[in-house]
Amino acid sequence: MTMNTVGRPTRPEGAAAGAEGFQSLTGARGLVQDEPLIFELGGWTKTGVDLPDVTEDADDLAGLTRAGLELPGLSEPEAMRHFVRLSQKNHAIDLALYPLGSCTMKHNPRLNEKAARMAGFADLHPLQPVSTTQGALALMDRLAHWLKTLTGMPGVALSPKAGAHGELCGLLCIKAAHEAAGQGSRRTVLVPTSAHGTNPATAAFVGYTVTEIAQTADGRVDLADLEAKLGDHVAAIMVTNPNTCGLFERDIIDIAKLTHAAGAYFYCDGANFNAIVGRVRPGDLGVDAMHINLHKTFSTPHGGGGPGAGPVVLSAALAPFAPAPWVVSGEAGLALAEAAEGEAAQAFGRMCAFHGQMGMFVRAYAYMLSHGADGLRQVAEDAVLNANYIKARLGDVMTPAFPDGPCMHEALFDDRWLDGTGVTTLDIAKAMIDEGFHPMTMYFPLVVHGAMLIEPTETESKRELDRFCDALRALALAAKGNDDKDRFKNAPHLAPLRRLDETLAARKPKLAWRPETLAAE
Amino acid sequence: MRYLPLTADDRAEMLGVIGAPDIDALFADVPSAARLPGPVDLPRHAGELEVERELAGLAALNRAAGAGPFFCGAGAYRHHVPATVDHIIQRSEFLTSYTPYQPEIAQGTLQVLFEFQTQVAGLTGMDVANASMYDGSTACSEAVLMAKRVNRRGKAVLSGGLHPHYAATTQTIAHAEGMEIVRLPAAIDAEAAVIDAIDDQTACVVVQTPNVFGVVTDVTKIAEAAHARGALLIVVTTEAVSFGLLKSPGEMGADIAVAEGQSIGNALNYGGPYVGLFATREKLVRQMPGRLCGETVDADGQRGYVLTLSTREQHIRREKATSNICTNSGLCALAFTIHMTLLGGTGLQQLARINHARARELARAVAGAGLEVLTPRFFNEIAVRTKGPAAPLVERLAAQGILAGVPFSRLDPHAGLDDVLLLAATETTTSDDIAALAAALKAL
Repeated sequence: MTMNTVGRPTRPEGAAAGAEGFQSLTGARGLVQDEPLIFELGGWTKTGVDLPDVTEDADDLAGLTRAGLELPGLSEPEAMRHFVRLSQKNHAIDLALYPLGSCTMKHNPRLNEKAARMAGFADLHPLQPVSTTQGALALMDRLAHWLKTLTGMPGVALSPKAGAHGELCGLLCIKAAHEAAGQGSRRTVLVPTSAHGTNPATAAFVGYTVTEIAQTADGRVDLADLEAKLGDHVAAIMVTNPNTCGLFERDIIDIAKLTHAAGAYFYCDGANFNAIVGRVRPGDLGVDAMHINLHKTFSTPHGGGGPGAGPVVLSAALAPFAPAPWVVSGEAGLALAEAAEGEAAQAFGRMCAFHGQMGMFVRAYAYMLSHGADGLRQVAEDAVLNANYIKARLGDVMTPAFPDGPCMHEALFDDRWLDGTGVTTLDIAKAMIDEGFHPMTMYFPLVVHGAMLIEPTETESKRELDRFCDALRALALAAKGNDDKDRFKNAPHLAPLRRLDETLAARKPKLAWRPETLAAE
Repeated sequence: MRYLPLTADDRAEMLGVIGAPDIDALFADVPSAARLPGPVDLPRHAGELEVERELAGLAALNRAAGAGPFFCGAGAYRHHVPATVDHIIQRSEFLTSYTPYQPEIAQGTLQVLFEFQTQVAGLTGMDVANASMYDGSTACSEAVLMAKRVNRRGKAVLSGGLHPHYAATTQTIAHAEGMEIVRLPAAIDAEAAVIDAIDDQTACVVVQTPNVFGVVTDVTKIAEAAHARGALLIVVTTEAVSFGLLKSPGEMGADIAVAEGQSIGNALNYGGPYVGLFATREKLVRQMPGRLCGETVDADGQRGYVLTLSTREQHIRREKATSNICTNSGLCALAFTIHMTLLGGTGLQQLARINHARARELARAVAGAGLEVLTPRFFNEIAVRTKGPAAPLVERLAAQGILAGVPFSRLDPHAGLDDVLLLAATETTTSDDIAALAAALKAL
């Protein structure tokens, strides 16, 4: 059926009908729907699920049952609309470049989603007899093989559930290895000032004291400072490589040698593995333990903040201390070593119930198979190429924090280019929202003033990179120009909401909806 | 490569803009000894069809839970998840977004987290909940560490009814923090023994209800005993559907309630990803681990949501953070919230009643087959005594196409409970399934 356009104007009339100052009669904003909380949509006795009648009473639980449960329900169409409306208030990789440095926001292939939902993976109970889960165990075993081969490390613990959980696992392996060698008195962990916040937090979590290592003017670990701080009290160093300034640690092999000579272990934060996958094996650099964020390098979706997965690859010295469970092969096929005995006698313990983030393993393995050894190498090359391209295209209007030499997979700028403009890094970030992009990571790493850390990843086309660079160049010129700074100081103008009052949120925390929340307004 | 947009021409042109002769020049900082000359020894790239074929082949080597009678529980439960849930969580805006650091363009995720926190607080009967943890077991260990921060004591008492994986996880983490863990022996009705283990050094007591053997307990007396000694009560729940029927942890005096939320909205996934629920009293909120979403207003006074109280967190506090957690379980929390919104309070109560009814039918059938039911009061899971070790029995029934629950020895091989079998029933369990299990048990 074609639409009858006879008599209907098919061209917009009048040039003056811009959106400036326009108000709809109801306060609505076209397709951007205002959406209340589910608690304000009524439905206290409503349900969107049809269930059979209950056939028995619960007299055996007399005195143990709750009086009532006051949570609202919605019918299926109402629920669908509620969540779809909310979804439209989110930025996403599938909408535009999402250049959060250190987060590796790359495309999430949908084949991976399809594979993870196959009944043989999704509808599988973690404690079924292993005779009925041979395919799942084979997948874990193959994933482990790929991770070990790509990193050049002999061991891997699959169970950690995110990067920070992997850090914890790695440090617990190190602690167990020191204790087994009578070196339990080593209680200090050296961490560069540029490190992710999770590194010092994890070290403190396992009871270690954190000492910072200085950084050189060119953004690397200061070897002399490292050497001075190493000693028989040091359990480990935690170094990110490529580091959080987006730079490869040129002296990495010497860092490892010094560390080992002092009897300490080298923990590498693998958050930035995407820059070197297929081109450099951390095992060749002298790394003893490194977590791999499957939700970064291996494309499993970030999902608005998880779930992630953080397997840890381990050197021969640390591998025996890996936590249970792990996959073993026996006479009857594959099995799981689930308790600290037999092959797993030295395991330091357990990171979580069951065997780790299987759903993420399936996705990551699908991603690995899709790329292959050749494609993964190309991933690193394109990720680094894209970042250097951004650095080159913006280097004359913004100030690269480390202008000399190439960067790796992320381009780091400081805020010297904003000196005297009255515009801050935060203002630039918020103005990017009006230009249709997610802001870069801002004010991190802490060692660079007003840091703007841009990680494009390899899944951006040249066209999208150019669009992004054009937008940032335009913003840079506007910031330095004599225009009204309202564009920046009051940005974003075009987002579903304007800048939010985070101080108010922290001073009087409202962390749950309550009937009086409504009454107070 | 279908996921890599750059063409050879693009790459050449971009290298020109950069002023680099070739791609190797961009890797100049890598020590030459560490540069791999070519791809590592792994297969080359493959098309979507080939990859899907390989993965389907692996999936086919597994026996899906839905392929026949199925009775596994012990911390992970097979429930029906409405199709709407999986559709919504696959929307690009939820699936491919990051932690909501820029609240102006993440209100979708943030409002869902606020709704999630409110639902979790309501289900557990607590004041406030966080925006999720990795899973129930890690939530449990974080709760123990939180108790130490609250009352500065170094000992935790774990009930013998606590899921052994939860106990092992908590032991691992708490030991690393220098805490002493008193793990009471595994026993069917273990909660009675907990009170005697509380002393003036006890930071917290951890009890699970329904416990790992399925036993439902009113822990009010334990709460009173703990509080009398200045200790906190942490209540663990591994089957979130039970919140629809049983007294909530808050109602029984819990200071911290943690739970595995997988049962609501999330598939079994061979153990993960799942979603940890974590709730507490208002006065303890600043000692809570994990992300928190709070309500505020924007520059125009419009209501909105932000991540808040981040001065507890690692990216601000670094080594002084309450936890090292960064990524949590956002998408699983979204699935939980959608399913919970579809159910509503009335739906969840009905679902819980159905689960309980299925388990009563199961208990009668198993008793009829000559097995002793050990769980005196249960929700949807029971422990039974088998004639001889349970593990080989489960293997034999698996060969007959029946996944007959979890032998307790799989969870704890040293408890001396090799003849204890854990059997769960949910709304997905049919009367035919139960009859098939009973017949197979009788025939053994």
